[in-house]
Amino acid sequence: MDPGNLALQYFLSGITKGSIYAVVAIGFNLIYSATGVLNFAQGEFVMLGGMVAVTLAQFVPLPVAVAGAILAVAVVGCLLELLFFRKLRHHSILHLIIITIGLSIVIQEAALHLWDEKVRSLPYFTGNEISSVRVFGAAISPQVLWVLGAVGVSVAGLHVFLRYTLKGRAMRACSSNPEAAMLAGINISNMRTLAFGLSAGLGALAGCVISPITMTHYEMGGGLAIKGFAAAILGGLGNPMAAVVGGLLVGVLEAASVRYLPAAYNDVSAFAMLLLVVFVRPHGLFGAPAGAQVREH
Amino acid sequence: MNLMRRIPPLLPFLLCAGVMVSLQQLMRATGTQYCLTQLTMSLYYAIVVMGLCLLMGHAGQVSLGHGAFFAIGGYTSAVLTTHNFSAWGHSSLGGWLQQGRVLIAKEDVFGNAILTVSPWAAFLAAMLLTTLVALLIGYPALRLRGHYLAMATLGFGLIVSKLLVGSTLTGAADGINGVPPWPLAGSLTVTGKTAARVQNYYIACALVLLLLLLLRNLLRSRIGRALQAIHDRETAANAMGINTAAYKLKVFLLSAWLAALAGVFFTHFTGGIGPSEAGAFKSVRYVALAAAGGMANLWGVTVVSTALNYASLRGWFGSLDNAVFGILLIVIITLAPQGPLKPLGAWLRRILGLRNLSEERLERS
Amino acid sequence: MNPALSSTPFASDGPSTASTAVQPLLEVENVRRSFGGLVAVDGVSFRVLPGQIKGLIGPNGAGKTTLFNLVCGLLRPDAGRIAFQGRPIEGWKPYRIARAGISRTFQNPSLFLQMNVLENVMVGRHRRARRGFLGCALRLPGQAAEERAIRQAAMQQLEVVGLAHLAMFPAGSLPFGQRRLVELARALATEPRMLLLDEPASGLNTKEKEDLADLIRQIRDRGITLLLVEHDMSLVMRLADEIVVLHHGARIAEGPPQVIQNDPTVINVYLGGNLDHATSSQES
Repeated sequence: MDPGNLALQYFLSGITKGSIYAVVAIGFNLIYSATGVLNFAQGEFVMLGGMVAVTLAQFVPLPVAVAGAILAVAVVGCLLELLFFRKLRHHSILHLIIITIGLSIVIQEAALHLWDEKVRSLPYFTGNEISSVRVFGAAISPQVLWVLGAVGVSVAGLHVFLRYTLKGRAMRACSSNPEAAMLAGINISNMRTLAFGLSAGLGALAGCVISPITMTHYEMGGGLAIKGFAAAILGGLGNPMAAVVGGLLVGVLEAASVRYLPAAYNDVSAFAMLLLVVFVRPHGLFGAPAGAQVREH
Repeated sequence: MNLMRRIPPLLPFLLCAGVMVSLQQLMRATGTQYCLTQLTMSLYYAIVVMGLCLLMGHAGQVSLGHGAFFAIGGYTSAVLTTHNFSAWGHSSLGGWLQQGRVLIAKEDVFGNAILTVSPWAAFLAAMLLTTLVALLIGYPALRLRGHYLAMATLGFGLIVSKLLVGSTLTGAADGINGVPPWPLAGSLTVTGKTAARVQNYYIACALVLLLLLLLRNLLRSRIGRALQAIHDRETAANAMGINTAAYKLKVFLLSAWLAALAGVFFTHFTGGIGPSEAGAFKSVRYVALAAAGGMANLWGVTVVSTALNYASLRGWFGSLDNAVFGILLIVIITLAPQGPLKPLGAWLRRILGLRNLSEERLERS
Repeated sequence: MNPALSSTPFASDGPSTASTAVQPLLEVENVRRSFGGLVAVDGVSFRVLPGQIKGLIGPNGAGKTTLFNLVCGLLRPDAGRIAFQGRPIEGWKPYRIARAGISRTFQNPSLFLQMNVLENVMVGRHRRARRGFLGCALRLPGQAAEERAIRQAAMQQLEVVGLAHLAMFPAGSLPFGQRRLVELARALATEPRMLLLDEPASGLNTKEKEDLADLIRQIRDRGITLLLVEHDMSLVMRLADEIVVLHHGARIAEGPPQVIQNDPTVINVYLGGNLDHATSSQES
């Protein structure tokens, strides 16, 4: 295989992983904008999505299983908001961070006991692990197209939802100015629940489409959450669409580091980039620097 | 607070020492002295949590990367005291280092003569490296707030743990074994040998008590107030002439030192260290323990973290170990964000008929 | 907004010409600061002489608080010069400016809520003490004495504001008016040359306002120069030696209270400004 082709191959695998990070990052942003909580348990939604779909797929056709998984995880997301964050809204950031970390651990452990520590995966949506399609001369699995397609469609759908529907606009209003939104008659609490549900559902979708490629494992959430956060920061926290670019960047960088660095240092580059971005440009590549930070409280 | 003022300042320390001694006596009487090993380890872990109490509870800065400092301390000691430096032995620098007792000659398990760094020199090197890393990470990280700081420290911890797993010098996934004992002074030696178990338990107790005393002094001084001020209202603290950036960096460094110190002692005590010590889960666990102890309550975090770590090390939670910590975190933060000891203390005071000024006032108004 | 206004002949340093021999304590020269497209402070200049009580007034959104934050270092000016005791201080961090001798209170009392009242004021003594981390942790000789001195000095300031009896109460348990006073005591505890008060009377009742006026005069008599932003006109007019009027980020007038009261531009801004405000809020 010629070097250009190989590079393309790495690039595509980076884009594939990156699109998953992008979904996690969008999930982060949705919840962060609506509630101010940075949900460290975001990666668990992806894991749960994959796990539930794998289980359901034993009984029902694949599309139904995927839809069921998305629905179930979205319900879990809503429940988390109702049970914990609704009551704890006035806690400090530190406390909220710790709560989400605690939830992440508990969900992981619950998954371990509900299922087990085995690696599972959904079947390929079309074809199998050896079938491939040629894109610009590079051989890629059709599942990659499924991932890119699903992520692309859901991101576009989300964009339309936030920009053009009444509910979506209400949600944006909540994040930019909660008091004003409340005065305008928007039920902020419900918007927050919706944000959790939406973000959990999106994560579950990502968990389903990626499952045939990277497998599903009860421990997969933590790493995804951190890389998704890197993507969110890279794009600028609070900006769901910029997170897509952030996610793809992290994915491509990771794929490149697999190519050039020893395998053991696989994740180091992604985390190092996270640190670099957080230190140098905490407002992200596309965000504006925060204005005067004189406000107390 | 007011209760504390009325009792003599050293009483809690004497009480604590009393409990420590009676625990050991109890274990001797029941023939369960082997449990002292886990108790000693828990005490070392508690030192890390004490550092977090200072950093998070008092200065209000989050760190999800303190496991990394524990590992940096432990690994530096472990690498230096086990690595064979005999290649240096013939150079003039090597000779000079040998004369200064920095490098010491001994035999490895196969009877070969090797040259390793002395534990004390390794300890100093560990603290030096910790200082360097803490400043390097702390300087940019502490300009961040809340979520960003949490993520930055988490990312730092992950990088350290990946580097440890990926490097052969640190024994990759196996970590390092065969770390020699650390002769502190006279016959006092930090070691895991069964014969020295009681002695090592008391070394750990003494270290914890000493650090508790120093930290308590620190917190009840202008420094402690400055840290609390930064936590409560950073802007106002700055406007009162407190160099908030410098204080945050100093307290971060101090907490990193405590973690590294614990790491060094722990490594000599257990005779080795593995990469899981630097893992994100360990770091999160320290935060969990600090939260469980009430975050700002020095006594609370020490007692709670020692007890919980002990239970966990003895395997009381079985395969639910992680789940227990997760649930604990959620329950405590949800129900008693000030830590379980504070409501308990208030309840005790009520029972004993002692009252807080603030409570009296609330009743009057 | 209107740069021409800031350079109206009226705004020349009328009162200060009489005392050019005295070096001003605080000099603000052509200071400018904008947020995005909004110019909050637009080329403002004024001076505060030692021992003065200087008032800073203007309609809502005139840039008073921004100006305050520029002086005490919470914001950096985009342009212009700020000098304290002849030394340029613009761009300094707040803690350095505090150490140079400027202390302040906030519009919303910004107490350390986890501490009691006395401890809050003791934080004000921070820069007057020396012991570092090691000295405090080891209780090195002299530390106890220093701590006692801090406590005493803080107690004294509490007595000045009349809250000594509340010393051991949690700061969070105090009502609004008393929080103001604790904050004032905390600022005084730094022994400033100059004190900036951001709307000290807002939220106080008539009785409390009277006490505050007395207190402010008392503080001035101790040799501390004051700069205060205030909405309560009658209070400012009674207290201030000189008043600077801001409008849309620019200085439109400066002078003694009786001059300001009769200044047509100021009257226009306040009366017209109020009308303006009423209509514009309906439009938007």
